[in-house]
Amino acid sequence: MLDHLDLTKLIFGRLTWNAIPFHEPILIVTFAAVCLGGLGMLALITRYRLWGYLWNEWFTSIDHKKIGIMYVILGLVMLLRGFADALMMRAQQAVSFGDNLGYLPPHHYDQIFTAHGVIMIFFVAMPLVTGLMNFVVPLQIGARDVAFPFLNNFSFWMTAFGAGLTMASLFVGEFARTGWLAYPPLSGIAFSPDVGVDYYIWSLQIAGVGTLLSGVNLVATIVKMRAPGMSMMKMPVFTWTSLCTNVLIVAAFPVLTAVLVLLSLDRYVGTNFFTNDLGGNAMMYVNLIWIWGHPEVYILVLPAFGIFSEVVSTFSGKRLFGYASMVYATVVITILSYLVWLHHFFTMGSGASVNSFFGITTMIISIPTGAKIFNWLFTMYRGRIRFEVPMLWTVGFMITFVIGGMTGVLLAVPPADFVLHNSLFLIAHFHNVIIGGVLFGLLAGITYWFPKAFGYKLDPFWGKCSFWFWQIGFFFAFMPLYVLGLMGVTRRLSHFDDPSLQVWFIIAAFGAVLIALGIASFLIQLVVSFLRREQLRDVTGDPWNGRTLEWSTASPPPSYNFAFTPVVHDNDAWYDMKANQYERPTSGFIAIHMPKNTGAGFVIAALSAAVGFALIWHMWLAAGLAFVAMMAAIIIHTFNYKRDFHIGADEVVRTEDARTQQLAVAHV
Amino acid sequence: MPSLKHLSRTLLLAPTLLLAGCNTVLLNPSGDIAAQQGKLILASTWLMLLIIVPVIALTVLFAWRYRASNKEARYEPDWDHSTQLELVIWAAPLLIIIALGAMTWISTHTLDPYRPLTRIDAQRPVTPDVKPLVVEVVALDWKWLFIYPEQGIAVVNELAAPVDRPVQFKITASSVMNAFYIPELAGMIYAMPGMQTQLHAVINKPGDFEGFSSNYSGAGFSGMRFRFHGLSHADFDQWVAKAKADGRELTRADYLKLEQPSEREPVRRWATVAPGLYDAILNRCVDSTKMCMSEMMAIDANGGLGRQGIEGVKAREAAEGSDKPRTYYVAAALCTVADPSGTQPVLRTDKN
Repeated sequence: MLDHLDLTKLIFGRLTWNAIPFHEPILIVTFAAVCLGGLGMLALITRYRLWGYLWNEWFTSIDHKKIGIMYVILGLVMLLRGFADALMMRAQQAVSFGDNLGYLPPHHYDQIFTAHGVIMIFFVAMPLVTGLMNFVVPLQIGARDVAFPFLNNFSFWMTAFGAGLTMASLFVGEFARTGWLAYPPLSGIAFSPDVGVDYYIWSLQIAGVGTLLSGVNLVATIVKMRAPGMSMMKMPVFTWTSLCTNVLIVAAFPVLTAVLVLLSLDRYVGTNFFTNDLGGNAMMYVNLIWIWGHPEVYILVLPAFGIFSEVVSTFSGKRLFGYASMVYATVVITILSYLVWLHHFFTMGSGASVNSFFGITTMIISIPTGAKIFNWLFTMYRGRIRFEVPMLWTVGFMITFVIGGMTGVLLAVPPADFVLHNSLFLIAHFHNVIIGGVLFGLLAGITYWFPKAFGYKLDPFWGKCSFWFWQIGFFFAFMPLYVLGLMGVTRRLSHFDDPSLQVWFIIAAFGAVLIALGIASFLIQLVVSFLRREQLRDVTGDPWNGRTLEWSTASPPPSYNFAFTPVVHDNDAWYDMKANQYERPTSGFIAIHMPKNTGAGFVIAALSAAVGFALIWHMWLAAGLAFVAMMAAIIIHTFNYKRDFHIGADEVVRTEDARTQQLAVAHV
Repeated sequence: MPSLKHLSRTLLLAPTLLLAGCNTVLLNPSGDIAAQQGKLILASTWLMLLIIVPVIALTVLFAWRYRASNKEARYEPDWDHSTQLELVIWAAPLLIIIALGAMTWISTHTLDPYRPLTRIDAQRPVTPDVKPLVVEVVALDWKWLFIYPEQGIAVVNELAAPVDRPVQFKITASSVMNAFYIPELAGMIYAMPGMQTQLHAVINKPGDFEGFSSNYSGAGFSGMRFRFHGLSHADFDQWVAKAKADGRELTRADYLKLEQPSEREPVRRWATVAPGLYDAILNRCVDSTKMCMSEMMAIDANGGLGRQGIEGVKAREAAEGSDKPRTYYVAAALCTVADPSGTQPVLRTDKN
């Protein structure tokens, strides 16, 4: 009996049937739906014999464009999960008043708000941002791929498997009940002994490795692989903001990794970094996590700023106003983002001088940000603005974001923060900048670069529907939260006593429904555009009359991006080429040296997720085995010498000739 | 784009709506500190609207005026630089931030929660003979314990203070982080185990106000609410007498029971409090077999106990929500009730 027990423990650790949430009808229904949907999908893939295609052309691909697209797909799928969490929270808060405790007990509700934050930041915003940077940056700088193509594939799979672990927590065990930054002592072993926080730690650790490596990759790419003639001050603004973002990633993510390592040591081996007893200090954790956490905000928003710069200049048919000041503003924001972390906890008892210092540094960030807004404004000035969908998102952003910026500066005034901290005013503020800034930017970027990726534009009708639902839904969902914040209502509450608050929560829930319609419109847009792809087809490769190098090649671009590396003379390189009657080369093609696909990234990432899963459940044997297998896979990969190949000159000629013909037809 | 216009109108209305919103306690509170904080919110907002409103207006104006279909508007595709304009767009936010920065520096210092009050309200300064009422606040899982050292009483989940008398809160917690927040009185401040934060405030109007934890602290967080009464001096004395009438003492043993997690606790009162209880809570040694943090820090400041110190720990069982008991360690007290002089080798106490 005892032997049997030990064996079970050895294999399954603390994983038992109790870990499956049979008692939660919501989860069981979700689980059944996910299983059915998943099985249906697997059946379809098998039916149409797509496994080989998916594995060879996508999963093992080291093509930056395909990896970028996979990142965006990951982000959109996770958006649905994160948004489902948001709807559940809004529904709970809209009904849970007085005697009505709502339909979610705290045990479930607390997991939902934690998962919502973690998923939206790490597995929606980050993959979407990284995906767009991956897809666009090499094309914008005239490169054929990123600096380390294998690493790029590996980074993607680490992010994807990190997201997978978070999703697994829905059905096996549970997620953290700590808030998205898992402050100790609450996240310590004494107060969160179950697997939730371990899921949190290992999801973020695995995804964090991916993010860090992709940061290294893109920094190297931008610094070393720009087309001849593209000096730093001739880089497109999106490339500039990507550079700054990736510098931030490289500098900030190791801090996150380190602080999570310390927390895991506390939880797994009984150290006392952040515990209450034996000299631990939870405030160290709070400082460290925000030293990562604040730059993270700029990691997300800087690429969005870059997208708006590209979009506003293209659709105003005008050079970007104040390019140099835009670049300096970006760099100043990058540096200052490291000097403000303490504004997340003015209320933890720092002295007045410390608080003032961090308050004022925070306000200073609004100066370069304000300059950027003015630069976009004066790019529109004396332009010819085409209100295509990306431009709608941009104008919507400019109006929405300045409100979020204003409330942000307000929160940076410490005495005001003492009453607004942790309030719904704060929630409204950061959704105002994350939705109005980051998400609007990402949706603008997806719409803008979609024809480049797939060769046809997105259907504008459903794009406009999506925009208006999002824009109006945003105001309905979050303006009530500003009001509630001023009424002294704070965050993360699953129940309220005061019935006069209810009307505001109902308005907010209505706003969430409008946003749901916005998301639905976006998904319908993808389907409708696919069905109408022949009408929406773009053969020129330059559907918006673009200004930067990505528009100079075909849509979708050939795997080698550019048959000849372009030469750059101006920061609007493609606009400059068009203005000077650039002739596309039609002969003289030579073989092109390219990296070769490999499944190693997928395998290593899958094994590292297995290590994480085993550690979460204390399956020490499985963890050891998976770790050995992972190390073996890494070592075996180092013996893979077949890492590159040449695309033959004849194939390049075929591809380019086909494009020459297409262009000839299009111009007729 | 008529829809754009409509949007901007909604946006311009939004701040007005906010300020006119019902019962916005932050802008109209009953305590002088909260009132100053509320005024600061309004002043900062107006200052920033000086630049936000023109930006929104210009966005809408430019979007409309330079739409592609308006062929009458000037079109200068290569105009991308103007030094004067650049100066303006950097200087305008800079000037506002200089003004706001000055306001920030001054107000952060005058409204520092650690700073003893100098005024009761805008008209009345605090005279030097006024001693603040001291309240020791402990955030427990999931309720609040208030100890009044001057009156000697303790109350769970109910707080009272005489109107117009400065109050000094000393705040700590038993297990995890919370934040002590009474919107009508003053801004929040975190309550953290093993640490003490402070808040100085005054309530200017009598009334029954709401207080709660504003930092998520686990399952019982939503119910972690208490009433705060602003009372006249006579009513306050009566309120104290109510606790005094109870007659019982809040002993260390009672506290250790009270400390156990529980939700939505009713109000409870004690007439007296075990001596030094708050300090023991703050130093995490209500259980007298544990070493107080203050002692540990004093020992460490003198070079520590060396390798022996490693063994001066006691094993404890953590059970909450756990499938199996889990052992963790705390520092053992050097001397205990059973061994007041600490002559027994404390080290290895729990190694049997």
